[in-house]
Amino acid sequence: MRRTLSLLLFFIALALPARSEKVVAGLSQNRVSITATFVGSEILIFGAVKRDKPPPEGDPLQVIVVVEGPASPVTVRRKAKRFGIWVNTDAMELAAAPSFYAVATSAPLSQTVSILDDLRHLISVERSIRISDNPFTNEDPRDFSAALIRIRENNGLYTLMENTVNLREETLFDTRIALPANLTEGDYRTRIFLTRGGYVASQYETVINVQKVGLERWIFNLAHEQPLIYGLLSLVIAIAAGWGASAAFRLILRS
Amino acid sequence: MQIYLPIAEVSVNAFLLLGLGGIVGILSGMFGVGGGFLMTPLLFFIGIPPAVAVATEANQIVASSFSGVLAHLKRKTVDLRMGCVLLVGGLIGAAFGVQLFNSLKAIGQVDLLVKLSYVLFLGVIGSLMFVESLRALLQSRGGTVVPTRRKHTWLHNLPFKMKFRTSGLYISVIPPIIVGILVGILAAIMGVGGGFIMVPAMIYLLGMPTKVVVGTSLFQIIFVTAFTTLLHATTNFTVDMGLAVLLLVGGVVGAQIGARIGTKLKAEQLRVLLALMVLIVCGKLAIDLLIQPAELYELGAKGGH
Repeated sequence: MRRTLSLLLFFIALALPARSEKVVAGLSQNRVSITATFVGSEILIFGAVKRDKPPPEGDPLQVIVVVEGPASPVTVRRKAKRFGIWVNTDAMELAAAPSFYAVATSAPLSQTVSILDDLRHLISVERSIRISDNPFTNEDPRDFSAALIRIRENNGLYTLMENTVNLREETLFDTRIALPANLTEGDYRTRIFLTRGGYVASQYETVINVQKVGLERWIFNLAHEQPLIYGLLSLVIAIAAGWGASAAFRLILRS
Repeated sequence: MQIYLPIAEVSVNAFLLLGLGGIVGILSGMFGVGGGFLMTPLLFFIGIPPAVAVATEANQIVASSFSGVLAHLKRKTVDLRMGCVLLVGGLIGAAFGVQLFNSLKAIGQVDLLVKLSYVLFLGVIGSLMFVESLRALLQSRGGTVVPTRRKHTWLHNLPFKMKFRTSGLYISVIPPIIVGILVGILAAIMGVGGGFIMVPAMIYLLGMPTKVVVGTSLFQIIFVTAFTTLLHATTNFTVDMGLAVLLLVGGVVGAQIGARIGTKLKAEQLRVLLALMVLIVCGKLAIDLLIQPAELYELGAKGGH
């Protein structure tokens, strides 16, 4: 009996080499609804470290939270001076880039995760962009992907928030991720990593669902599924609104 | 109050849009122009994607011209026959313009096309208007008015002549159709009604009497911009209903205020002011093209569209 138990424990230990610590996490909300007055949303991500023995000595525990929007191909264009004016000359299609990418860490990112585990788990934003399926190109794709990151950082779509995960006694943690108003719809993959000495000890994954709802949903669907009806409707509505506004204004002036 | 625009996929302040509509409305009411040529660049400046700005502006022009046409129809200052001939050209031009717009969008040059068109047309029209109105201002001070005589030019020798009773003309349909085509292309590419080019063309090229010019051009503009709106809506999905309505409500109220201000100013002074404004917008766009942008890279259309 004792032998089987110890054998079992041995196999568990083999299967989960670093699983003496396990992350358990929750979100303040799993759905984000984009309505007409949507101004962005803040999601509280919290959790705890579950362990069956005292925390190991040595490197401190760190937490990384990654929220990632749906990926799509993006064309990045570069301007150059032609005939005295600045025009788009070179372009590169990047195979996939997330529409949103937020990384929150409990310490500077470089101290939180090693280069190897960053590559393995695709944590930093540079790793999340798939550059090209086409190796036959003269351009340096890194210029274009760096430009993409720079532009989306300026738009608040890509953020790196170091030292924003509060970690208490290596057990409880929480952080807030702000979702901006210009969100794309889709499933936002949310990953939480526990690291020690730069190596991922445990990870947890969940999804935040972002959707247009109500009128916004209806308008968007109509515009894409019944474009002719949508076009006619927008003409009718615009004419009615214009006429209504001028009639109302005349009424106000007369009274 | 921030409002999320479902098609443009950006969140903007509703009062900013109402205010923009209002200011452009006041100017358009003062000067009797559509205002599309001012509104579209302003929408670029507040971060609306150019494709959405152009398509939505076309939608807005339909609505803002609608009550104007009704008023002109009541006063019988619309040459319906000439309007229809111009319209035939306009529809052909709009269809071609949207094609051109879409193929350039695919290769990433549509912003350049839109901005270059603005610089070119606003520059030429603004300078012509400025010189002409300045001369008129000086003449009205001097008190000598040079009578203009209608000349017989090669335009009157073209085939397919037609009688336009309201305008009192007997001319070939070829020049109005060509004017219509040009205006249609402009409507599709620049998101403007094209009144600023059609009105001078009708007066100086076709020799139409001034009193029917505005009504007839509005009549043509309504149908051409409506057609453009539908083409953009069905091929690009870029017409934003919410944006159009907000701009419109501001615009209509502004136009009424502007029309009252306009009656208090002299026509020549108004024209000089308008010319200056056109030149300022042109200059701003030209500078943007000429100086090195802070960000050399830009992202293409959002994936999936």
